[in-house]
Amino acid sequence: MNQENTSKLDVPVMADIFARGEKPEYLYWVGCAGAFDDRYRKVARAFTGIMNYLKVNYAVLGSEESCTGDPARRAGNEMLFQMQALSNIETFTRYEVKKILTTCPHCYNIFKNEYPDLGGRYEVIHYTNFLKEMISSGSITFKDDTYRNAMITYHDPCYLGRANGEYEPARRIIDALSGGRVEMERNRSFALCCGAGGAQMFKEAEPGDKEIFIERTEEALKTGAGVVATSCPFCMVMMTDGLKYKNKEEEIFNLDIAELVFRAMGL
Amino acid sequence: MIKQIVFIACLALTLVVFIYSAWRLYRFYKLTRPYRFGRLAKRLVVMTEVAFFQTKIFRRPVIGFLHALVFWGFCVIAIGSIEMVIDGVFGYDRIFSAWGWVYDMITASGDVFALLVLLAIVVFLFRRLFLNIKRFHGVEMKKKSHQDANVALSLILLLMISLLGMNVFYLTSCMHSGIAPEGTYPVSTHLATIMGGGEEDHLLMEVFWWMHILLIFLFANILPYSKHFHVFMSIPNVFFSRLEPLGKLPLMEDVLKEVKMMMNPETAFSAAPEGEQAPARFGVKDVEDVNRKNYLDALACTECGRCTSVCPANLTGKKLSPRKIFMDLRARMKEKGPGLLKQGKEYQDGKSLLGDYISCEELWACTTCNACAQECPVNINHPTLIIEMRRNMVMEDACAPSGIKSIFANIENNGAPWQFSPADRMKWAE
Repeated sequence: MNQENTSKLDVPVMADIFARGEKPEYLYWVGCAGAFDDRYRKVARAFTGIMNYLKVNYAVLGSEESCTGDPARRAGNEMLFQMQALSNIETFTRYEVKKILTTCPHCYNIFKNEYPDLGGRYEVIHYTNFLKEMISSGSITFKDDTYRNAMITYHDPCYLGRANGEYEPARRIIDALSGGRVEMERNRSFALCCGAGGAQMFKEAEPGDKEIFIERTEEALKTGAGVVATSCPFCMVMMTDGLKYKNKEEEIFNLDIAELVFRAMGL
Repeated sequence: MIKQIVFIACLALTLVVFIYSAWRLYRFYKLTRPYRFGRLAKRLVVMTEVAFFQTKIFRRPVIGFLHALVFWGFCVIAIGSIEMVIDGVFGYDRIFSAWGWVYDMITASGDVFALLVLLAIVVFLFRRLFLNIKRFHGVEMKKKSHQDANVALSLILLLMISLLGMNVFYLTSCMHSGIAPEGTYPVSTHLATIMGGGEEDHLLMEVFWWMHILLIFLFANILPYSKHFHVFMSIPNVFFSRLEPLGKLPLMEDVLKEVKMMMNPETAFSAAPEGEQAPARFGVKDVEDVNRKNYLDALACTECGRCTSVCPANLTGKKLSPRKIFMDLRARMKEKGPGLLKQGKEYQDGKSLLGDYISCEELWACTTCNACAQECPVNINHPTLIIEMRRNMVMEDACAPSGIKSIFANIENNGAPWQFSPADRMKWAE
């Protein structure tokens, strides 16, 4: 269900493109997880695979990309956040960036809602919305039937859902490629956090009687779905860990929306 | 005439006490930091939806509907109460009855809602007293909270009983003396028909009339000292809601000045310009650091616990409870406010909101998922205040878990929360 695509990808880097005197339409913001997290790298690869297939005019920043400042800000370090943001805005200005595509909802939220306060105004697009548009315009068609008989449940990331009110694009995508979508008891604006937001990802949880990701995984398992779909790198870490903790990682797969689309396109 | 004098005396006493209580809270409110708000039209829309149409309380449909009935009942019945006050002061008898069919509408809906509110309150009291509802409990829910709730509910119950009693005996006394009653009373008519008219019914109506209005006066003056101050504060609190997306945190402008100086090579090593001072405090440590909306939130909170019941940290046994944050703010203001008013902003009592009331452990458990803010029926915003306190912990005391300290160091050194070199940022594509 989750075969590797291991060949080297052709990913345009902003500095090279700009040196040739070209200006890409989109900046694809890979984010720290796309760059460094082993599991989530596959998501970045799937999404670039789709973009390359669609011949989207985009580029990435590569080594010029730096943290948006989200975990620092949510952990209370406003100074570090502002330094990161101002220096990223400088980079964006240098490359005349107007549209930013992100896979991470945290990066999406901070560019869309918080960079404008520091003078950085962009059209920010989360990839679930981008892919949904491509499906409804007919640019993306599904040739592969891998998920035609699969039941998929979708875990809402807080920073896409409650933070920005976007609940439907990912669901429309799942509906278009799967045998059926089954909702967890707490979904959309009622969805339970995976436990990673607000910089929790990078620290030990406070003492309690349960880990949040286990609570959420149990809810996902209750649906009986064969795939738990996520659209956030940190939700993916949490849900994948949860499935492992429950010894379900052999039967139930945690896949990103981009991976589902990539596979269903037959790429 | 004597009735008028007694009534005016009661009303004057009520107003004096109420104005004193409100003025006291207003002075506390003025101790907090200014809160900018604009977009009046948008605010009116939000207020109409969330306050008058009760949209957020319907997220729990059954119990939410009962609450909406009580709220709408209050709005309708308030018109009748205004009439009672005018009648009482000037010695009129049902002054609004001159309005004809409008008066029929007002009295009819007031009469029907009196019964509906009464039934809803019976359900609420039953839930509180006999069912073990998890969200009514928690470390922050002390005896006072439960007493407040039971007193308020009992008073509302008595208010509705007295209103219905007033209506029923008005009808029976009219029957007895053969006068056509003013207004329409769909519920009380049935009760009156069963009971029939009697000699003493006019007197009984007077008794219920006084009982109803005096209970209103008493209720209004208990509210500022209980969690049910909610009755007055929830509509203004919704009006002053944060209108930004839930995911957006407010910018610290004081910090921006410093950061810009640091990042500009020309000013980085020079002294700060004359008259520019570093901010006295980063984030929120105590009550004088919160903004006006935070304090309004604390006054509007009726401790329903919907926030805490959806908090992922609280659900999994961590100490964080979003409700507690605002109850602590309110309690701390009550403790420190009088001193601040007497001795000015410099007043210290050796305690603070952050530390003595709210612990680091509670604040670090927040995932900023915004479930609490999404759920709050009166648009209290918990995560922004939690982050303001984290700002204080991090930027003043550097009280942060080790994992958090290392992400700060990694972001500063290599531009990622993990310790990977920026040079490796393209490895994923290989």
